[in-house]
Amino acid sequence: MSLLPDLALVLLILIAAVWTVSARDRRDSVIGFIVVGLLLSLAWIRLNSVDVALTEAAVGGGATGLLLLRACARLGPIEAEGVKPQVPLRILTGVLCSVVAAALAAVVLFPIEPAPTLAPAAAAHMGEIGLGNPVTVVLLAYRALDTLLEKVVLVLALIGVWALTPDPLWGGAPGSLRAQQSSGPLTFLAQVLPPIGVVIGVYLIWNGADRPGGTFQGGTVLAAMWLLVMMADLREPPEIRLHKLRLLVVLGPMVFLTVGFAGFWIADGFLSYPSGFAKPIIVLVEAALALSIAVILGMLVAGPAARPPR
Amino acid sequence: MSLLADIFTITAVSAGMFFFLAGTVGLLRFPDTLTRLHALTKADNLGFGLIVLGLLPQSPDVASGLKLVVVWLLVQLAGASASQLIAQFASKGGPPA
Repeated sequence: MSLLPDLALVLLILIAAVWTVSARDRRDSVIGFIVVGLLLSLAWIRLNSVDVALTEAAVGGGATGLLLLRACARLGPIEAEGVKPQVPLRILTGVLCSVVAAALAAVVLFPIEPAPTLAPAAAAHMGEIGLGNPVTVVLLAYRALDTLLEKVVLVLALIGVWALTPDPLWGGAPGSLRAQQSSGPLTFLAQVLPPIGVVIGVYLIWNGADRPGGTFQGGTVLAAMWLLVMMADLREPPEIRLHKLRLLVVLGPMVFLTVGFAGFWIADGFLSYPSGFAKPIIVLVEAALALSIAVILGMLVAGPAARPPR
Repeated sequence: MSLLADIFTITAVSAGMFFFLAGTVGLLRFPDTLTRLHALTKADNLGFGLIVLGLLPQSPDVASGLKLVVVWLLVQLAGASASQLIAQFASKGGPPA
């Protein structure tokens, strides 16, 4: 019954993926990548992984796509037209890709019975933590260290982008994100949508405790609202030397680290939560992380400083 | 009662899908940007609106129904703004060389 729509979806994903790889222009390729991201999020919904679907749509399709589009605008068109890599390199690439494809096909065609799973173990202790969403439990309780490092990587990425600032401009504001000419509909959208979008972002973060949603999805929605306001030229990007901005960037990882080290005294060790207080602590950490993710994503898209500090 | 609701759902969703089909054909066949946008917004506004309308009797409670309506309104807002932006861009002579 539902096989036909699924096959159509798979076919669409394959077509979009091939188009993305074979597009001649960098920007076409990025647009193809965004389409693949949105189609993949539909596939995740079909697999009942709503958390992953939300993340794929927000981060894979939305935020990454926007970052890549900005990078394209900065790089300009591809100049070395018609230059192809050497034959041995192309053969090697083909062989390695075939090996990966064959391995994946083997895993799908000859699954291990019963499939190895940690799901029962993950579900067994959910009551002690007091959250209803198993994905959030895994991310913030069982594998909290991975999540912490993931957020630190985001801070490092922002430092990497800021490091591209030329010396005389250090501490200044990134270049304006607005289009060449001001546009009525864009200004209207940037005035009407952010209040709604902020509510949806906060809702996603709050909801993540018990139902699909979470810090990354919510934080990305908040970042999108901020970017919309900056693109419509209602607000300028802030100067990167501002202490308030830098504090917001490190707030999430700092709160997470503090909670982690506090675990030595109030619980069993690094990043473990005292029993009975796990949920409020996790919600606090999630709120701080989401705020930091929103600010980091916004500043990543805005790019390195392009104006001298005032 | 539930039979009536089902008939209403099937009728409205089919009508909505017809508008999506017509919009897609228009998008592929119309000669210039503005007419193509016109076809696309028909699918977005009317087609999606009819599908939401058709799904309303199937929603388990009032809150889910309201969410569907809010989704439709948000798609309206986004679609209308995006097509205005594309139209503005197109009327100024397309992408920069």
